[in-house]
Order: sequence, then structure tokens, then C-alpha cells
Amino acid sequence: MEKRLMRWSSWVMLFLCFSLIVSCHSGSIQKDQGSMLIYGRGADAKSLDPSQVTDGESFRVTQMIFDTLVEYKDQNTEIQPCLAEKWESSPDGKEWIFYLRKNVKFHDGTPFNAEAVVFNFKRWMDREHPQHKGAIAFTYYPDMFAGFKGDPNHVIQSVTAIDEYTVKFVLNRPLGPFLANLAMPPFGIGSPTAIKKDPVQFGEKPVGTGPYKLREWKKNDMITVERNEDYWKKGFPKTDKIIFKSIPDNAARFTALKSGDIDLMDGMNPSDAIQVEKDPKLQLFKQQGMNVAYLAFNMRKKPLDHPQFRLAINHAVDKKRLISNFYANLAEPAVNPYPPFMLGYNDELKDHSFDLGKAKRLIEEAGLKGVKLKLYTPQDPRPYMPNGKKIAEFLKEDFKKIGVQVEIVTFEWKTYLDKVKSGEHDMALFGWNGDNGDPDNFLYVLLDKTNAREQNSSNIAFYTNEEVHQLLIKAQSTVDRTKREQLYRQAQAIIKKENPWVPLVHATVPIAGKASIRGFYPHPTGGYKLDQVEIIEK
Amino acid sequence: MGAYLLRRLLQLVPVLIGMTIVTFAVVHFIPGDPAQTIAGEKATPERVEEIRKELGLDQPLYRQYVQYMGNLLQGDLGDSLVTNRPIVEEVVPYLAATIELVVASMLIAVFWGVNLGIFSAWRHHSAWDFFAMIIALLGISIPVFWLGLMEQWLFAQTLDWLPSNGRMDPRIGMEPITHFYVVDTILYGDLEVLWDVLKHLILPAIALSTVPMAIIARITRSSMLEVMRADYVRTAKAKGLSEFTVIYKHTLKNAFIPILTVIGLQTGTLLGGAVLTETIFSWPGMGRYLYTAISERDYTVVQSGILIVATLFVLVNLLVDLLYTCLDPRIQYERK
Amino acid sequence: MELERARSEIILNRKKRKKMIRRFFRHRSALFGSMMILFLLLLALLAPLVTPYTFSEKSDDLMQAPSGTHWFGTDEMGRDLFTRVLFGARISLWIGFVAVTGSLILGGLLGLVAGYFGGRWDMLISRLFDILLAFPGILLAIAIVTILGPGLNHALLAISIINVPIFGRLMRSSVLRVKEEDYIVSAKAIGASTERIIFQHILPNCWTPLIVQGSLSFATAVIEAAALGFLGLGAEPPIPEWGTMLADSRPFIQTAPWLMIFPGIFILFTVLGFNLIGDGLRDMFDRK
Repeated sequence: MEKRLMRWSSWVMLFLCFSLIVSCHSGSIQKDQGSMLIYGRGADAKSLDPSQVTDGESFRVTQMIFDTLVEYKDQNTEIQPCLAEKWESSPDGKEWIFYLRKNVKFHDGTPFNAEAVVFNFKRWMDREHPQHKGAIAFTYYPDMFAGFKGDPNHVIQSVTAIDEYTVKFVLNRPLGPFLANLAMPPFGIGSPTAIKKDPVQFGEKPVGTGPYKLREWKKNDMITVERNEDYWKKGFPKTDKIIFKSIPDNAARFTALKSGDIDLMDGMNPSDAIQVEKDPKLQLFKQQGMNVAYLAFNMRKKPLDHPQFRLAINHAVDKKRLISNFYANLAEPAVNPYPPFMLGYNDELKDHSFDLGKAKRLIEEAGLKGVKLKLYTPQDPRPYMPNGKKIAEFLKEDFKKIGVQVEIVTFEWKTYLDKVKSGEHDMALFGWNGDNGDPDNFLYVLLDKTNAREQNSSNIAFYTNEEVHQLLIKAQSTVDRTKREQLYRQAQAIIKKENPWVPLVHATVPIAGKASIRGFYPHPTGGYKLDQVEIIEK
Repeated sequence: MGAYLLRRLLQLVPVLIGMTIVTFAVVHFIPGDPAQTIAGEKATPERVEEIRKELGLDQPLYRQYVQYMGNLLQGDLGDSLVTNRPIVEEVVPYLAATIELVVASMLIAVFWGVNLGIFSAWRHHSAWDFFAMIIALLGISIPVFWLGLMEQWLFAQTLDWLPSNGRMDPRIGMEPITHFYVVDTILYGDLEVLWDVLKHLILPAIALSTVPMAIIARITRSSMLEVMRADYVRTAKAKGLSEFTVIYKHTLKNAFIPILTVIGLQTGTLLGGAVLTETIFSWPGMGRYLYTAISERDYTVVQSGILIVATLFVLVNLLVDLLYTCLDPRIQYERK
Repeated sequence: MELERARSEIILNRKKRKKMIRRFFRHRSALFGSMMILFLLLLALLAPLVTPYTFSEKSDDLMQAPSGTHWFGTDEMGRDLFTRVLFGARISLWIGFVAVTGSLILGGLLGLVAGYFGGRWDMLISRLFDILLAFPGILLAIAIVTILGPGLNHALLAISIINVPIFGRLMRSSVLRVKEEDYIVSAKAIGASTERIIFQHILPNCWTPLIVQGSLSFATAVIEAAALGFLGLGAEPPIPEWGTMLADSRPFIQTAPWLMIFPGIFILFTVLGFNLIGDGLRDMFDRK
């Protein structure tokens, strides 16, 4: 009897607790939320303050919330107006004037004007600025504009508001890729009101002028953005809501797409691309690859400093089979360090043929037969190299045939960067995703002697050619397109002769979506304008 | 009872302190550091150095440890180095996700394990017994991640019966209350969403339940066999009570202590050990959280996260010990 | 006199051991398990005779389904999966053997010291075991391999380390039990040296539970190694490790399920074999 009473009363208690929690909580479940696009990807954003992050996953979202002064065209890296309607520069390239779009408001109602632009730039460039802080760290700004205010090479001398809608930049020295830099997502303009309120929290509660506002962020799971009703570009965004859903595993993400859990996804296994093309419910988008995958020789080590050895290895790489085995034919063989559609690509240069006999002969002539080397390769898939480990296994077999013994060494990505950038490798598989579509962003970063450092080197071939250095420096401070083109062509010719790398491929990045998706243009920078996307259900 | 509890809790302290030392040493031995993660792979070395300084990583290790412990003693688990958010807040959804998964799989494991064990003890030495024990043997031998993959292949991809990953259809927007989705949907009173959540739970829970299920089945069988020989069971049978009552009421109750131990141990193990299942089913749980933190070198998250998991592990086992007294009043913990 | 008794005790043990071996072969599950493992071992050792291919040889027959020429099919480099799985057996058996031996020796030693000397040593070592046991094992292994870098030997080491406390505790408790037996007490009384007591009297009487645990741990070590391989922390490529093969098969789960099915079946087979042996052994020793 007593027992039963106890049991009964405990149920009542439990029920009371439940109803208490429910009544205290004003949450809700919504199942019908208007038109919606679910974008599946490999990882969550780190922060939503674009000035603070460096990863594509964060930018994918901030690009929907923020606008930049200028932007890339839909399908290539040419520049078009965005928040700035037009601009002009002085002949020496040191002064730039931007005329801003009128009647634009931030999501919090703050008007967008010259003051807002100046405020953002000062926050990024001035270490002393009261809001020069954030959730993580300012990284892209000093990388693209050579440091902060007061640093010896810093590019921007001053940013001033001439009137309500005109901004003037004065540069310390001309910068070839200046406009291209301004179009990069880290330079999205944020609401001064919101930043002043709390610059650190801004990464959690971003406020911009973009087509979407942040609605909800479930960490490591999904980010929901919803339509900005007052967006200045009429007729956009096309879809009411976008959900960015993190599904770390490529195969799992693809399963989710096939079963309709998500609408669009990046980071596909190339082999799945064939399935997408066969499936009438799906469609495949091919993003022109503004990237390069390469095999770098550590030229500080023997015998990799031997030109004939590097040439021999270049002859021993079967790029055609590499592409058919691992890229599902979604790649083109690389001849030069950057892809053909970019400025100043030298199309006169011919690639070394795949010829194991010749390679073997070259090795024997150089007296290097039987040499043993370490080939470093990353474990994790990269957009330019979906399976580095397998590629290494593939190369190992062919190198064996020309008398070069290779031991494969793998690390997970973070460790790998650490090891390779301090030059532990003999040979290393690596790659690069372009940021702004400028050749400087490839050649200078990857092959200039100033970037061959003891630690944290981005030139992991440790290639130090004075002539190339001079050409690249000159191109950097030239604004004239044709002149720059000439300089880059010359640099590529020298590089092709000296073979610091085996350029492997420029990978086309496959993106899969439902067949009902319209208006999606996979941009070579990887920055997609998802506000143009809509799902047309029949 | 109280004294026993106190002693057990005190014994915990050196283990947990030892744990922080081991974890601290281990994570700091990993090459590379969070400054590199934060700065991104394209940052200049100067930039990385600056961030290192901001995070206090340029200080000597012992000082970093002392500082971490100082904060810990004040109840502060620290902030994630990568996301800059307090771990106490950040960890809640992951912990809830893992606990939900573990509870679900333990329910499956206990139900099938106990019944399988009883069944084979009841039909001792029959073909059924043999068959049940083969199942249990397969259960402990099957690699969980392989089973997970096979499940996905069969039930999610080929047959398309169940979702292959995540906790809920992303199209449903739900503000979590407790972060246990099953509980939340019940609180909201939305059965349709509850069904969706359960569907997401089935495959990973089954994969994760195989090992504990098998172990429980074997323990139950041997424990039951032992008890069935006891006098009171024979008496109960002689009294003419139904076989069902004898088995489930008299025998099982007395055979339950070893079973309980196993349940406790397995629950504790699964809390941090579900990394692979969570990876395969993209389940945003503790294992995944810690694994990511290791690869990002997020020192504080690894340290505090492992501490949380280990504390839970120890507490679950303590709870089991306490439950013994409820089941069997003969057991007392006052003095050895 | 006392020494005589201790000696006869050992002789008795030897006789018991012989009887045990006979019983082992009469025990069905143990016999069956050892046949499975023997079969696998033979396949692994004779792999080059069984298959005409080598495990790293690529060809243009990409992603072939199982057929007469390629029994288990081929992967995306045109390598024969059957060959890779067979060579994988070598790796897995090797990992299991070395890892278990390693943790048995290390754990056994620590347990012995803790149990025999007691006091502060016991305190220290037991707490160390507690710490290691409370750690989520797989995460500890992941962290260790991340520190050392992926590779077969590092995976081996990690697996050994996480299994140390299991053997250590077992050893400690059986040393504690044996230590109090009459013949040890008397051996001590007549002034036998510590080494002599440990090696002549204690160890021979403690090893049985360790052997049982060893065969069971062999099974878990195979799974743990595969798990590390699955997370990309196993053997260096192109070594065909089963877990790595499973991870590599994920992209092809729909197009080439054989890449996932066969390595998994072999893991299951191996683990099953060792579990059967372990069960058999335990039944035998428990009966005495």
C-alpha cells in the first residue's frame, strides 16, 4: 500500500518537473519554414566574424551575411561592383577612390556609409584601435596587406571618408592585386554599432548588409540563416532560409544527399561524381579548379638538388592514370604552377612526357640508381587531392621501376603542415587553393625565395631563384595588366626549366545537388553566391 | 553508507589529479599547437608567434599546468583555445548526444542480453543454448565500426529505410531544452518529430549495443545457472509457482549483481569510447568532440573533456556499487 | 624439508599442466578456435603461393567485382583485394602478437612489483592502473599515435599501453593470492632469495589467468588495431592493414561494397578465433 503510494507520488513529481521545464521554456518546433536550402559540408564555421577566420567553412556563411566593397563576377575572378558602385585610381596606383551604394542598411538598422567603411578598415589595420579584437585573431588582413599599421611594409597608408558616400585609400606603394584583395570574403563590412557593442561577441552575432541574417547556430551541427527582407539587391535572396549542415564524412554526406536530407554538398569523393551524373534526381556542378596539386622536391637536400634527378621524376609521373584513378577524370594535368584560366598563364610551355624508360636512363646517368627517399603525404582529403595516401602508393610503384626507392610517410593534416613547412621531407605531396585569383597568390607564396624559411615555410620546395624573385617582386608592384602578364610568363618559363616541383593536376571540384536546383554557379574561388540559388519543385 | 561514499569520493581525487597530469603531458607532446590551427595554414610565422603569446603558450609548461589546475579548482574548466568559448557551455550538447546514444544502446543491450542469457540458462545445454551463445560470441567479436558501415550500406543506402547520420532531420528547427532530443520532443509533445529522432537513433544504437549485449548475455547465463541451483529457487519451483515468475522474479533478482557490474562498466566505457560509431554516423557526441580537439590541438578541450568523461566513468561505477545495497541488503559498505 | 615440498608442488604443477593441455584439445571451442587461427596463419604465411599477385601491384583493372581471376575483386588502383586481405592477415596477427606480448610483459612486471612488494609501490602502481583504466582507451591510443605519428610500430605501442593495466591488475591479484600460500611463506622462512621466490615459486603459479586474458586481449588488440587503422592511424601505406582498407572503402560503399565486406569478414574471423580460444582456456582453468 505504502509502496504504491510512493510510486504514484513519484510519477506526479516527475510530471510536475516536466511541465515546469516546458513552461519555463519558450522554445518551439517548426516543421514548415518556407523555401529552404540545406547545404551539406565537412565542418562547422569557427567564427562568423570574417576578419577573424581563414577557413572556407566560415567564409561560406559570412559571405551570406556580409558584403564586400567589390566582388567577383559570377563565373570568373574579374571584379564587379558590390557595396562600391564605382571606383577610380591614380595613374601610379597609389590612390583609390570608391563611390558607395546609397540607401543600404545593416541588419541592425545602422546606415551603411563611408564612416562604416573607414571604421572597419581601421579596426582591421590599427593595433591601437579600441575594437581591434575579436573571437580569434586578425589573420587575413596582415597577410594580404603586408602587416598592420606601422609595420615597415604595410600597404595602406590611410583610409578617409571624403563625404557620406565616398572613401579614399592612400597606399604606401602600389599593389597589383589590390582590388582582387578587397573582393575577398575576409573584408566583408560589418555594422559599426554591433562591433562597438562587443567586438568579441561579434563572431557569434554577426551583423552585415548581406542577403541573409544569422538565425541560429548549433555548434558543430548546423547554422541557419534567414532572408534579409531589406536586402539592397532587389529580388534576392531567392530562398528564405539556408541551413549549413556539417557532416564530416564525405561518404556520409553523399548518402544524406541521395536520401534527400540535404540539397547541395561540397567535398565529394570524385568517384561519387560518376554516380551523380547517372542519377536523374541529382545534378553535378563542376567548379573550375583554381588550385594546384604538386609533388615538391626539397631542394636543400641531396640528391634533390640535382636537376637531372628532378627531371627524371617529372618523367616518371603518369598524370593521365592519376587523373582517371583518383580524380574520376575531374582534373586536368598541370604543366605550370597555376591553372590556365588565370592571368599570364604561359601556354607555350610543354609538359614533360610520361616516359619511364627515359626517366630510368636519366637516373642511371646521374648515378643515382637505388637511391632511397621519403615521400610525405597528408592523410586527410583536400579539394585538390582527394586521397594523398593513394596517390603516394601509386607513385611509389612507378618510382620503383626507375630505380628510386620510396618510403611513404603520412601524418594527419595539422602535424603534416608542421613537418612539411619546416622541411623534414625529401619529397612531399601538397597543394594550394587560390584566394583571390591573382597569379601572385600562387607564384610568390609557393615559389619565391622569401617564402623559403626555416620554419613555417610556404615554399616547401625551398626553391630560391634570384631571377624569379626579381620578376615576382616587379609584378607585385605593377598595376598594368599586360606588363604583369609578361613578367609572369617569364617566371613560369624559368620554373618549368628548373623543375622545383612535379605539378600534378588542377582539380575540378565536384559539387552535387538535387536536380531541382537552379542558379548555382560554382565559383573558382570556392565562394558561392547562394543567395541566387533556388529550388524549383515540379 | 555516508562514510563509505565519502571515502570513495576521496579516493577519486588522486586518480583525477593523475589524470590531469597524464592528459596535460600527452596533449602537449603532440607536435604542432593550437596557434597554428587558429592562424590557419596560410599565416606568416610572426602571426603564429603572436597568437601563441596571446594564448599564453609561450610560457613554461609547469606554469601553464599550474594555471590550468588553479582555474580547475575554482570550478572553471577553461575556454576552448580554438573557439574561445567556455567549455562548460560548449560541452553540453555533445555530452547530451553521447549520453542519449549510450542510454539507448544500453537499453537495447540489457533487454536482449538479459533475455538471451536467461533463455540459454533456462534451456541449458540445448541447441538453443548453443545458438544463443554463438550470437553472444559474434557480438563480442564483431568490429563495431564494420557493423556500422554494413548497417549504413544495407539499411540506409540500399534499402533506404533509416537515416544514415545525424540526430534529426535538419529541416526541422527545434530549440533544444535538455539537449536530449528524445526528451525534448516529448516535452514539446510532438510525436512526429519524436519518431524522426528515434529513427536516427536506431542504427548507431544497435551498432554500439552489440558488445555490451554479448557480455551481458554471457554474464546473465552463468549467473543464472549458479542461482538456479540454489535452494530457494527449488523451493519456489516446488511451491508450484509459474516458471515465468520463478525465473524473472526469484532467480533474476538474485543473479543481477554481476550483471549490474557489467552494465556499469560498459556504460562508462561507451561514454568516451564511441568515437568510431560517432564518426561513422556523424553523431555530434563526446568522442567526436574530443577527437576533433586532439586533431586541432585544442589543449583545454582535450584536458577538460577527458576529465569529464573519466569522472563520469568513475561515478557510474560508484553508482553501481551503491545499487548493490538496494538489490541485496546483505551487502554493507560500512567496514571492510 | 620445506624446500622439498615446494619442489614437489612444482612437479605437481607440471603434471597439472600436461593434463591441461590434453583437456585443451578435448575442449571443443578452444580446438575450433585454434583451428581457425592456424588456418589463418597458414594462409598468411603461404600468401605468396596462394595468390599470383602482390599486394602493391597496380593494374588497369579498376574496381572489378569479385570474379574467377580476382576472388575478392579489385580496388581503385586495380590491386587484387584477395591478395591484400591475405597479406593483411600477417599484419593483424603480428600486431596482436606483439601488442599482447608487450602489455603482458610490462603489465605483468608492474603487477608483480605491486603485488609482491606492496606498500608504497602498490599504491603508486595501482593508482597508475586506475588512471589508465578510467581513460577512454581508444582516445588515449589516438593521442599516443598522434604524438608519435602514424605507423605500424606506433600503433603497436599505443595498443600495448592501453592494455597494460588489465594484465597488471590480474597479475597483482594473483600474486597477492599466491603470496600467502604455505609453500611461499615457508620458502621465505628458510631464507630463499627474493629472485628465487619470485621466479621459482610465484611466477609459475600466476601465469594461468594471464594466458587466458592474453588470448582474449589478442582479440581486442586486433579490433583496436583495425580501429586505429580506420581512423588513419595504422600502418604506413602501401601496407595492407585491414582497418585502413575499411576506411579506404568508405567512398565506394555503394559502387564497390566488396572492398568493405571482405576485410571486415576477416577481422571478424580472426577475433572470433581468439575469443573461442580464450573461452576454452578460461573454462579449463576455472574447473580446477
